Amino acid sequence: MSALGRVVRSGVGRGRVRTVVVGLAAAVAVTASVLAGSLLVASSAPFDRAFAQQNGPHLAVQFDAGATTAAALEASRTAAGVTAAAGPFPVVPVSPRLDSGPRVPPMTAVGRAEPGGPVDAVALVEGTWVTGPGQVVLSADFRTPDVLDRTLRFPDLPGAPELEVVGVARSISRTADLWVWPDQVAALTPPGTAGGFQVLYRFADAATAEQVDASSAAAVPAQGRTGSRSWLAARRDAVKEVALFVPFLVAFGALGLVMSVLVVGNVVAGAVASGLRRVGVLKALGFTPGQVVRAHVAQALVPAAVGAAFGVVAGNLLAVPVLAETSEVYGTTVSPVAPWVDVAVVAGALGVVAVTAWTSAWRAGRLRAVDALAVGRTPGVRRGLWAARTTARLPLPRAISLGLAHPSTRPARALAMLAAIVFGTTAVTFAIGLGASLTDVQEARDHTTDVVIGTDRPSPTGALPATLDADAVRAAIAAQPGTLAHFSTARREVGIAAFSGSTTLLAFEGDTSPGDYRMIAGEWFDAPGEAVVPSPFLRATGTGIGDAVTLDDRGEPLVVRIVGEVFDLQNDGMRVFTDAATITDPVVTSFDVGLRPGTDVTAYLDGLNAALRPLGVTARAGEEGSSDVLVTIVALTAFLTLLLIAVAGLGVLNGVVLDTRDRVHDLGVHRALGMTPGQTVAMVLASVAVVGVVGGVVGVPLGVVLHDAVLPAMGRGAGTDLPASSFAVLGPVDLVLLGLGGPVVAVLGALLPAVRAARTRTATALRTE
Amino acid sequence: MTTPLIDLHDVSREYGDGPPALDGVSFSVRAGEAVAVLGPSGSGKSTLLSLIAGLDRPNTGTVTVAGVRVDRLGEAASARYRRAAVGMVFQFFNLLDDLTVADNVALPAQLAGTDRAEASRRAVELLGKLGVDGYARAYPGRLSGGERQRVAVARALVNRPALLLADEPTGALDTASGEDVGALLSELNADGQTLVVVTHDLALARSCTTRTISLVDGRVAEDVTAGPAR
Repeated sequence: MSALGRVVRSGVGRGRVRTVVVGLAAAVAVTASVLAGSLLVASSAPFDRAFAQQNGPHLAVQFDAGATTAAALEASRTAAGVTAAAGPFPVVPVSPRLDSGPRVPPMTAVGRAEPGGPVDAVALVEGTWVTGPGQVVLSADFRTPDVLDRTLRFPDLPGAPELEVVGVARSISRTADLWVWPDQVAALTPPGTAGGFQVLYRFADAATAEQVDASSAAAVPAQGRTGSRSWLAARRDAVKEVALFVPFLVAFGALGLVMSVLVVGNVVAGAVASGLRRVGVLKALGFTPGQVVRAHVAQALVPAAVGAAFGVVAGNLLAVPVLAETSEVYGTTVSPVAPWVDVAVVAGALGVVAVTAWTSAWRAGRLRAVDALAVGRTPGVRRGLWAARTTARLPLPRAISLGLAHPSTRPARALAMLAAIVFGTTAVTFAIGLGASLTDVQEARDHTTDVVIGTDRPSPTGALPATLDADAVRAAIAAQPGTLAHFSTARREVGIAAFSGSTTLLAFEGDTSPGDYRMIAGEWFDAPGEAVVPSPFLRATGTGIGDAVTLDDRGEPLVVRIVGEVFDLQNDGMRVFTDAATITDPVVTSFDVGLRPGTDVTAYLDGLNAALRPLGVTARAGEEGSSDVLVTIVALTAFLTLLLIAVAGLGVLNGVVLDTRDRVHDLGVHRALGMTPGQTVAMVLASVAVVGVVGGVVGVPLGVVLHDAVLPAMGRGAGTDLPASSFAVLGPVDLVLLGLGGPVVAVLGALLPAVRAARTRTATALRTE
Repeated sequence: MTTPLIDLHDVSREYGDGPPALDGVSFSVRAGEAVAVLGPSGSGKSTLLSLIAGLDRPNTGTVTVAGVRVDRLGEAASARYRRAAVGMVFQFFNLLDDLTVADNVALPAQLAGTDRAEASRRAVELLGKLGVDGYARAYPGRLSGGERQRVAVARALVNRPALLLADEPTGALDTASGEDVGALLSELNADGQTLVVVTHDLALARSCTTRTISLVDGRVAEDVTAGPAR
């Protein structure tokens, strides 16, 4: 082995703590970076990747089975311009009950014997596919956990069929809410109706709406066609859903990468700086500056490479469940970490280590041997004396006041630790703040109420009878114990003057507080003729608060004055909300009820439905928000936050390890003078406490600033501004607790070297030069 | 017969596979004695001092100081023992460079829980007694070797220990400063302070101690009591 090789080997073996810290920092940084990088990749064009994976249909078309035949539709599969097709599948709208629970919202049931096929290869999330009648596979969008082995009941259909849930699957194009065996569809079709067919097409040209329309006109039979959905519409909906979260994941991933680079750089720079005396010895023995530099770079690269190897393995293992969660968000199948992410992260980490080590070692290599040998392990006499004088006068135990002065003797090292804590606190504040904001946005977006009668969306089922006595329903709701507030909604399609297409007007009567409509600007309407609209409506129509908008209400002009901007994403944010008295002849399409806290929803529904039965309508529990997405995001946030805290803690640990090494002789003196191990631990922990407090004080506002900068970007991704409630999610108590995170991370990071310092044998420490 | 202040019985200390640093050492020191431990490098002098100070523990044998079985103490207990019973003076002073002279001297008292004002008062008093009170606010780097060692002695005495241990206290000093420190130790012993001085400096041993214990290869080769040469 060459002399250089021997020096590297002995350097790696001799500085074991330093070697372990460099390796550990590289491992954690690479793990975090693999995860962060994978999330960034997974965040990129998620719908397009999933659509390609599943051979999603460019057009999903529904036909009336009474007006066409399966044979006719079969023929369309090979029409000009069609590259692949699936179906015709039998299809029927259903509104079943899950077990003995209330009726679930209207759903589309499709009969398919196989999940795969040339188009819309449905991804099975859990369980199995249907193998015969009596079974059902639910869409992963069905927002009830643990549905496997439960039963969907259809008590209103002849024979009251029951289906066992055998699987959960996801179609990126959302072609169905549930899949059954093809023969089962007939049993789910109400008597007197013919049911329908679904055919899924892929076209040679479908990049634009015009191309989809042209391909459709050329290939899809017009006879019996009752509806269709373009992949572009599905894409718009999916992207809108996911776009809300992408800036969050991107920001978090970027934060993780930057922090990892910072901490690895600090660790390596500190390790090289602490070996300056050795540089003097090597140069005295005849090593050239180049050899010194190469030796230090190699000494840093060896443990970093080992750590990176562990890190990339850990990152890939951890990424499997994380990416599985992410795929739930994006509706894709689970994919492994992209190999280029592994390669890029490892190369990047080792590159950072090499560059940092080279930069630090280059300075060391240029030192004259005599100067390097003279570099003491204790700081210069004059550095930080003011701090020692000041803290000595504080009314604190002496061990603590001694520790408080330490950072001033190594300002660069203290700054490195401070940077790690600032980044860690910023990351945690940002993560927790955005997690809370996401929860708030989710709640504000869904307008979910406790109990619903009818639906405020177009639906073949669930609509209220036109002859319904709305006042009687209101009276029944008001009389039901547990009712807190309720309102009715009259939905009507209206046109917008000088704007193509129609939009939905919702006219409310009653107390709308259960709908949780959050205002972005202006006020909620409080008089007929006033209306509130979402941000996309204002942008699309070029209007603002205070402007009057003329709507086309069944051929009659309806002028409303916009008094507020409301947060709403449904119907592409183009809905208009107003008082029922604004429109003529409002026909109630739904009722929403908010319950008093602690009310048993099932008992309430039983009581209310008994009262409603004579009126011919049924109440059901409100549809819960997509909490699975939220849970996934929160889980990801928590995991990445923990990793970043670990990285920050490592940054502190490294600084304290170097510091206690430098001070080992002083520690020995302290111990010889009667300092107990407990006092030694207290002194070392006190040395990072100030850094931790300052890090917390600086990091929390930075996290809030980052949060407030990223949140609007999230809103823009979803095409809307966000309500003020989504910004002000962290109260003073939260901020103080987050600020305390700084000293907590600092103390946790310093604990191990502090205990180690306390255990150092005094006699050994005193002999250390 | 009075109980000895220090009592070592059949003490051995080994490090790894090499020959023992101390091998079956036994002796006692009475309160008020001044003992010099002599011997060449590697004879076990510093190891002996570490064992008496509770900085290290023997593999076999017992070390009793002021009635305390030092060889049985844990780390925290031995720290408390050192505060209460032992003052230490080192060859290279071991003053903390980032503390003033007064703060260095007051430190052991403060670690023992004495309040800052009382510790400072004691420090100034001792510095005055040892003739270095003019440097109370200075940092150790400004002092000569002899002055630093006087400060170190003051620090060792601040908790009024029963025993003062000195490890080559003149080893880093010029002749004049060494004689000065020797005289200081002699004065302290004359005032009743028990001394154990590890040195290979026969002149120092003669000047400030009344008994010499010679170590060779970790064993007591000679234990001689003589009149002090003052």
